[in-house]
Amino acid sequence: MGIGGSDMYRQQILDHYKNPRNYGEIEDPTYSHTGENPMCGDTIRMDVVLDDDDETIEAVAFQGDGCAISQASASMLSEQLHGMAVADLQEMDRDDVIDMLGVDISPMRVKCAVLAEKVAQDGAGIYFGDVDLEKTTTEDDE
Amino acid sequence: MGLSETDALDVEGIRADFPILQREFDGEQLVYLDNAATSQTPEPVVDAIVDYYHTTNANVHRGLHQLSQEASIAYEDAHDRVAEFIGADGREEVVFTKNTTESMNTVAYAWGLAELGPGDEVVMTEMEHHAALVTWQQIAKRTGAEVKYIRVDDEGYLDMDHARELVTDDTEMVSVVHVSNTLGTVNPVSELVDLAHDHDALAFVDGAQSVPHMPVDVGEMGADFFAFSGHKMCGPTGIGVLYGKEHILEEMQPYLYGGMMISKVTFEDSTWHELPWKFEAGTPVIAQGIALAEACDYLDDIGMDNVKRHGEQLAEYAYDRLTETGDVEVYGPPGDDRAALVSFNLGDVHAHDTSEILNEFAVAIRAGDHCTQPLHDKLGAAASARASFYLYNTREEVDKLVEAVDATRELFA
Ligand SMILES: Cc1ncc(COP(=O)(O)O)c(C=O)c1O
Repeated sequence: MGIGGSDMYRQQILDHYKNPRNYGEIEDPTYSHTGENPMCGDTIRMDVVLDDDDETIEAVAFQGDGCAISQASASMLSEQLHGMAVADLQEMDRDDVIDMLGVDISPMRVKCAVLAEKVAQDGAGIYFGDVDLEKTTTEDDE
Repeated sequence: MGLSETDALDVEGIRADFPILQREFDGEQLVYLDNAATSQTPEPVVDAIVDYYHTTNANVHRGLHQLSQEASIAYEDAHDRVAEFIGADGREEVVFTKNTTESMNTVAYAWGLAELGPGDEVVMTEMEHHAALVTWQQIAKRTGAEVKYIRVDDEGYLDMDHARELVTDDTEMVSVVHVSNTLGTVNPVSELVDLAHDHDALAFVDGAQSVPHMPVDVGEMGADFFAFSGHKMCGPTGIGVLYGKEHILEEMQPYLYGGMMISKVTFEDSTWHELPWKFEAGTPVIAQGIALAEACDYLDDIGMDNVKRHGEQLAEYAYDRLTETGDVEVYGPPGDDRAALVSFNLGDVHAHDTSEILNEFAVAIRAGDHCTQPLHDKLGAAASARASFYLYNTREEVDKLVEAVDATRELFA
């Protein structure tokens, strides 16, 4: 078997983990939100800039710490969010995230995979006043 | 040279008793190194369970029919066998519970809630498992008592000077882990027990990681309470043991009420059955208890001294091999002074990633905080990877572990 069979860690994931895209922070973002996955100790902060109509995502930056799945997922999501409608972000679910990662995620690691997505969504939700929350955690997720 | 490369055990013969070790995943044979979480179960112990259900199954204590009598005798005798295994004076001192955690809670509720109050202190260590740490922490909150933690030094040993500072006449309970499930440290429990007794405190020793791996004599140790789990010592899940000194258990009130644990019941009041049944309310863990006695036989046949030596040799070998490259941090004492486990992190790679890659080589280890979150905070690691060994593991399996760690390193380089 060995590395070739290392499905969950296909090149793409490792590449994003080692060279995260949009890593850092944005000054004066429209919203900034933080979340954690207590099981792995993963943390992610996302800074998001929306256009003047608050409809489209113009810029994203993230910072974080944790396992390869959580950090690669944040990196890939940050690329995908550029130019995306906020409404579409809010529609995303775990299957979309897993599709984005392009690998099978073992059930134990789904929380790691979806952390960034939840942080981006909750941040938007808080900004629009739909969600009342200080910090996202994936603790209570299935 | 075969499989048995430590000189302590006939590993090849032992492995034949554990069919699960033959499992393969995608053509790779399982390398089971998660024994500190749960050990595998040998055929004689599985047979004991099967035999019990095939020939003897009935409720205990109550029936006058033949089956019930046989089941009762086998179940009661199992207490004697376990007592003998750990050097207790007799069945009166051996309560069957669900696991170490329940044993700990039994004392916390039955003794702690009754005896602790404001001004009293419970002294633990920074390497306590959550089974003890959370339990005493919460009981302390309820009673107004205070918890204190003996420091763990940089090498993973207890700071005994700090222990002598913390244990005072205000201390009512000293609750310490015998062998750390994260660091592999073997703690000087007799010394800690003496320290507790010098201050008229009781001592509870968590033996979840010691009883499976070394000869234990609770009488010699002097602990007032001692706890361990069947599933970590070749026994089944669903059974743990609470040892308590007879005169202390005698004075303690039960905290689970119901059938079996009573002597006389009226509408107004009840009296309690004799030890240990007073603490075993309801239909007990009959098959598991009988199987645990079988596990004691199994381990004694092999010899606990040999099991200990084998585990130590594997741990030392793993320690040496893992530290060869310099980028693996191993937590706890040096290789030649630790119990049969090695917790580590490979560079910056998250332990869950390491474990997941190892899994692809069919190497089963644990990654996480191993129910010692505060200790991991102190170590500055959110999680660690832990390889833990038992009597059926081999040096070749340690080599496979190291190969898989090498592959992880390459992948993440
Ligand atoms: C040192 C220690 N104490 C307590 C426990 C709890 O054992 P159990 O889960 O069987 O109650 C464990 C095992 O997980 C342990 O390693």
